[in-house]
Amino acid sequence: MSPDVLQVKELRVRYDTYSGVVNAVEGVSFSVRAGEKLGLVGESGCGKSSTVLALLRMIKPPGRIVAGQVLLDGVDLLRLSDEEIRLARFAAISLIPQGAMNSLNPVMRIREQIVDTMRAHNGGKSRAELDSRVRELLQWVGLSDWVANMFPHELSGGMKQRVCIAMAISLKPKVVIADEPTSALDVVVQRRVMHTLERVQQELGASVILSGHDMGLMAQFVDRLGVMYAGRLVEMGPTEAIFEDPLHPYARLLIDTLPSLDRKGDFKGIPGVAPSLLNLPAGCAFQPRCPHAVERCSVDEPAWQEARPGRWVACHLWAEGRR
Amino acid sequence: MTVDYIVKRLGMLLVVIISAISINFIIPRLMPGDPVQQKMDQMVAMGGTVGDVQGMVQEYRKKFGLDKPVWKQFISYWGDLLRGDLGYSLNNYPQRVSSVITGALPWTAGLLITAILITFVLGILMGAVLGWPTAPRGLRGVVPVFLVLHAVPYFLLGIILLFLFAVSVRVFPGGGGYSFGTALQLSLGSIADVLKHAALPALSIVLAGVGGWALGMRGMMISVLGEDYINLAEAKGLKQRRIFLWYGVRNTMLPATTSLAMSLGHVVTGAVLVEMIFAYPGIGHQLYRAIHAKDYTVIQGIIVVLVVWLAVTLFIMDLIYPLIDRRITYRRR
Repeated sequence: MSPDVLQVKELRVRYDTYSGVVNAVEGVSFSVRAGEKLGLVGESGCGKSSTVLALLRMIKPPGRIVAGQVLLDGVDLLRLSDEEIRLARFAAISLIPQGAMNSLNPVMRIREQIVDTMRAHNGGKSRAELDSRVRELLQWVGLSDWVANMFPHELSGGMKQRVCIAMAISLKPKVVIADEPTSALDVVVQRRVMHTLERVQQELGASVILSGHDMGLMAQFVDRLGVMYAGRLVEMGPTEAIFEDPLHPYARLLIDTLPSLDRKGDFKGIPGVAPSLLNLPAGCAFQPRCPHAVERCSVDEPAWQEARPGRWVACHLWAEGRR
Repeated sequence: MTVDYIVKRLGMLLVVIISAISINFIIPRLMPGDPVQQKMDQMVAMGGTVGDVQGMVQEYRKKFGLDKPVWKQFISYWGDLLRGDLGYSLNNYPQRVSSVITGALPWTAGLLITAILITFVLGILMGAVLGWPTAPRGLRGVVPVFLVLHAVPYFLLGIILLFLFAVSVRVFPGGGGYSFGTALQLSLGSIADVLKHAALPALSIVLAGVGGWALGMRGMMISVLGEDYINLAEAKGLKQRRIFLWYGVRNTMLPATTSLAMSLGHVVTGAVLVEMIFAYPGIGHQLYRAIHAKDYTVIQGIIVVLVVWLAVTLFIMDLIYPLIDRRITYRRR
């Protein structure tokens, strides 16, 4: 098994809003191995975006990272100076953004936007070198050379997302964070973009952290899956294992929402709504919606523990051995 | 096609100019009173010639073509206009309207274009920095001052400046475009003299304008900062300066340029009061005097210039837009 590239320990992100303090990420810990594809899945507002953005230290006020460690090859990104984190961004850990449609500067040519990423980190290269690198990158993500001369509004959504992928791999980072990279695209384009991402990731040997809410997409793409709920990780393990035998009731319900070819019947949702992070229920955050909740669930918060080798879960039911 | 676009914009330009000039011909003629009669009465009252006043009025009306029906005046007006002839000043016959305008326009254009450009650059820079999260505290403290200055009408500001710097402390001249009794020439002394006279009027325009520009720019900057591409630029590890200029300011330039074009277009009209206060020999001053004296031909001449100026400024802007922002194209979609 390859070593861990990235270790996230007890990460906490807080938003100080007018209506109160929102603990968007509450003690999240996980690690990513070299070349691994890790998925973070959960409903809107479960803290997956905050988690991945915190890894790049891209949390904007009123949000802030209040505790934790993000160790990239043993270096804590959260302790770096502003200039050091600037240099680490994209060179060591890069981002494929959520809103591909608006993530490119509308008044700059694609070439310039890829070039300035490279310039910001290793400035000394000649114009010709940079240009040929841009061509190489575009080809890599399946775009033609002429795209370099285009402005963002002249490209389709899928093309823009490919440009974002090209930028994200331009400096050969160790970790690529893809924050719901395809949520703005239609299903067909989604698939193709994900294929590109997968191919590039394999050739580059980088690790990928993919956040999203699409269980189906996760099933196809990631090696390991983390399920988040109300700012916490509730289950994490190899994707196949989770799909076969989810340990946490929420993970089970999520998987059951997927339409299946061999199962007929009505589409099933998860009853209830995600809790407000301003006003979490006592005990387990999922307890009010949990079909198996017992008394203890509304009293104690379940601990994050390794239930089986490589499989982590935060649920009392599991600890007590009845599911 | 680019050519299509330019031809169409040119067509619009002509339509605007023609209709504005036609309206401009009609309006002074709707004002009650007769310019020749008024001038004569004035001269009589001042103890000038007393003779066959009515006869002279008739004679002058004939000379100026005012005895003809309005539609004939209209046609000959257009004919003259197309030949570049704006006629004689009714009030200062035999001075030609074109010489009134060419004498005044450079003063106004020089003063206002300079003042507006200075205001624009200062205001935009200030606003952009203010919209940036790490704006210096000192700058934030200055904003209320400029907002107060912006709220004070600029002519009032002009009077205050005059009092402070021309009356209390005599640093700057109290009015005019250059010192009396000196001939304008291309010498350092003469240029310095002109600049000295322009300083206070320009300062009043700049001080009154900067706050507005800064506030507007700050707003645009803040809304641009919320865009996804700013976020990605930061995630890319770009330097703050690069994000500020190329991702922030660059994207606010389109609306800012529009406002700049509008204010440059209104250069000539916007200056009437400033020119009055500083007795500046510009076109606003001439317009004021012409309106006072019902000097049709001068009013019309100046307004023709205003209209053409405004329309041409906007036309030029229309041609420049696609260069600033490629989302705007010359093509029809």
